[in-house]
Amino acid sequence: MARFQPGDLVRVGDAQMDAHHRTPAYIKGRVGRVHALSGQYPNPETLAYGADGEPERDLYLVEFDMRGLWGERATGPSGDRLLVDVYEHWLEPADAPGSDGGRA
Amino acid sequence: MSTHTHQGHDHGHDHDGHEHEGMLEDVELSERARRVLAMEELLAEKGVVDRTEVQRLIDFQEARSPVDGARVVARAWTDPDYKGRLLSDPEGALLELGYPLVGSAKLAVLENTDAVHHLVVCTLCSCYPTSLLGLPPDWYKSFAYRSRAVVDPRGVMREFGLDVGDTEVRVVDSTADLRYLVLPQRPAGTEGMTEEELVALVTRDSMIGVGVALAPVA
Repeated sequence: MARFQPGDLVRVGDAQMDAHHRTPAYIKGRVGRVHALSGQYPNPETLAYGADGEPERDLYLVEFDMRGLWGERATGPSGDRLLVDVYEHWLEPADAPGSDGGRA
Repeated sequence: MSTHTHQGHDHGHDHDGHEHEGMLEDVELSERARRVLAMEELLAEKGVVDRTEVQRLIDFQEARSPVDGARVVARAWTDPDYKGRLLSDPEGALLELGYPLVGSAKLAVLENTDAVHHLVVCTLCSCYPTSLLGLPPDWYKSFAYRSRAVVDPRGVMREFGLDVGDTEVRVVDSTADLRYLVLPQRPAGTEGMTEEELVALVTRDSMIGVGVALAPVA
């Protein structure tokens, strides 16, 4: 059973790690909203080292407001979004985007 | 010896009378290539894989090109039921047209509309729907595209000649197990065109999102 549903606010974990993982640095610690559930997949963090990737992880397409994410570097109008695939174990529930636009 | 890429005529060295360059390349396989060949031989010997089947999969992959994606898009434009299946069950819909996603990552389809324009990037590496579109263009794998598409997608699209105006932009960073295919909008003025004629309007770039489908030639 997936822990999150579309519309839920989630905060991406900010763990820094050298080992293989698929969470881009630019969303670590940021708050986004679950856009869609994308199914269950082997965990790439163990799969990459020869294990079977079990247990499988729920994968989410999480959306971030571009202006919230990049601040003044964002060049588009408000409403432009960035959607990123994130595995469930990188997500925690969040109440609201931070007042500074999503930074932890 | 200077660099070469084992891809036909894309050599960096000069052709100064070596009559058997192909053979030279054969004995200069990379460490990785030799490992893969050794593994394939072992797997075949032990009956884990069937060489014919492996070759069939290689042939199928090497035959893929953006035209295959264009066929899928043109069918979706002309058959609303097919479009529905393509969005809800991409794997089944592709199989209907003879494109099995065997042994490859799942595909997801992003529909562009008047309200929303999708652009696909993979910031971590170069994830791309190769099982349908063939190999990605070089720029898709470049650091410049990967780093800029997520920050300044409108600027990147303008460099490709595309200004989407008031349409909301959704950049999709393909970081995990899904490969994304953009379903571009059907151009205006194509109402009388057949599915086969429409195929020619669907560009590779329109299925990545840095472009739109071509306008029909009047």
